[in-house]
Amino acid sequence: MDFAFVLIQLLNGLQYGLLLFLVASGLTLVFGIMGIVNLAHGSFYMIGAYLAWSLAGMLDSFAAAILLGVPLTVVLGMGLERLLFQHLYHRDHLYQVLLTYGLILVFEELRSVIWGDDVHGVAVPALLSGSIPLTDNLSYPIYRLVISGFCLLLAAALYWLIQKTRLGMMIRAGSSNREMVQALGINIKMLYTLVFALGVALAAFAGMIAAPVSSVYPNMGAQVLIICFVVVVIGGIGSVWGALLASILIGMTDTFGKVLLPEYAGMSTYLLMVLVLLWRPEGLFKRG
Amino acid sequence: MRSKLTPVILFVAVLLLVAFPFVGEKFYIQLIAKVMIMAIFAMSLDLLVGYTGLVSLGHAAFFGLAGYVLAKAAPQYAAANFWTTLPLALGACAVFALFTGFLVLRTSGIYFIMVTLAFSQMLFFVFHDTPFGGGSDGIYIYAKPEIKIGETALLDLEDFKVLYWFTLGLMTLVYLFLHRVLDSNFGRALIGIKTNEHRLRALGFPTFRYKLASYMLSGTLAGLAGYLAALQFGFVNPEILSWHISGSVLMMVILGGMGSLHGAALGAFVFILLQEMLSNQSWFGPVAKHWQLAMGVFIIAVALLLPHGLVGLGSTLKNRRKRAGGHG
Repeated sequence: MDFAFVLIQLLNGLQYGLLLFLVASGLTLVFGIMGIVNLAHGSFYMIGAYLAWSLAGMLDSFAAAILLGVPLTVVLGMGLERLLFQHLYHRDHLYQVLLTYGLILVFEELRSVIWGDDVHGVAVPALLSGSIPLTDNLSYPIYRLVISGFCLLLAAALYWLIQKTRLGMMIRAGSSNREMVQALGINIKMLYTLVFALGVALAAFAGMIAAPVSSVYPNMGAQVLIICFVVVVIGGIGSVWGALLASILIGMTDTFGKVLLPEYAGMSTYLLMVLVLLWRPEGLFKRG
Repeated sequence: MRSKLTPVILFVAVLLLVAFPFVGEKFYIQLIAKVMIMAIFAMSLDLLVGYTGLVSLGHAAFFGLAGYVLAKAAPQYAAANFWTTLPLALGACAVFALFTGFLVLRTSGIYFIMVTLAFSQMLFFVFHDTPFGGGSDGIYIYAKPEIKIGETALLDLEDFKVLYWFTLGLMTLVYLFLHRVLDSNFGRALIGIKTNEHRLRALGFPTFRYKLASYMLSGTLAGLAGYLAALQFGFVNPEILSWHISGSVLMMVILGGMGSLHGAALGAFVFILLQEMLSNQSWFGPVAKHWQLAMGVFIIAVALLLPHGLVGLGSTLKNRRKRAGGHG
């Protein structure tokens, strides 16, 4: 294995990991702040990808599809929180699992009714379709680098939002003591709606930018969801930075696993989880 | 929830089930046999979810593992020996539960949900990806296992009616067995753990061991269901380990009513028959193709409106009326 080959795998692992982070960060935030287990989170990734595919076809521009698609998913997130999820805050996790499991079936079937069951490819935007030559016969596609770049940008924005803004302060406060935040006169309902919509939009955005690389196919949400569960468990539930570290760990494990031991790659991420849990039963970044 | 009438109703229900093959068509007899297998599966999960307070989203791991053990242990074209393959399958499940139990029981609440899910996914990939597992195409079990003593065959499981009664018998046994277990001191300790684990530990109960025992028992009984399912379908593939199965069986338990054994069994009946009805093309025509939509809406409605499942329907309605009356 020469250097260029390893570099390519490293970049792939990073890109996959960062993409997982976008989905997992929403999952962990929604759990950490609102105490909700959301199995339907993967569906938002799927919805994002299908929106990107169908809007790009209609508008003839991938960028326009994303610009229009993201606000749509924010509206979807707000609507779902108001209609369904707010009834679940005080209920047992069991009912949250049940309701969101039902939602997955609804979303998958609606996807089948609206968009059909075929696999679709999404063209990489022309501007980003080139690749950078590394050696004589190895090169790296620019679009994958752009994905990683966007994800890093969003991770930085998320850091700024949570650590430096007033809204972020409320989010942090809300996750450690809900009643106190309410007693201080902060509109916790509004906060919940915003956080939920943020999570939905992040997952959908991840689906959109991943569409040209992974293509668009039925049940794509479930696959991502389960890996994101692993990410959240490894990182420590509710910890965004734990999720970032765990995403990249999983991205690397999966990518290198597929190269080195293809038959056991599917298991490698779960094995990693087992090892982490043996060492720290509540994840790497369990908050007090 | 448990009235004096319950045993009578259950007894009548079992009698009706015993009589069914004399009047029903083959398709429906096989369908009800499948439902009863799922009822065993649902009761096993109820021990964990409804009585011990551990919500598992990975119960398909045991179900699928036992099926795969049967498929692997059976000779390719001849019948397997029931007396060796069943203990082997159940033993595999118990051992798997012992190992994973040490890990998953260190966690609780939402971690438990996610970790059990992850373990079942891990097993899914073992059978899906490795050459040992037979890949995504699965493995056929061409002949049903034989139940013999010496050279005389006791039951011919190839006969679908015999298989039906055999399943019914096992379902009844599992119900009576779990009933007995839950009535014992062990069962009371489990319910105590569900209500308040700290208090139980303070009273000197080694709660971890109790939970592990419950987890192993639950996994082993799920294995019995998985063994029967593989036997009935004559086929295993990685789908039987998938989290859709785990989700469905959890749904059955909640639908019927957690913490009630006959509730879990009832949940299995309603869930599968509903699924069968909604996907029936001669009733719903082209809409039947999208039956999961109706199923999803139904599940959401149950989650929002029926906190105690179907067996608690009466008390849920009564409470609602009382509350409405109180305002008026």
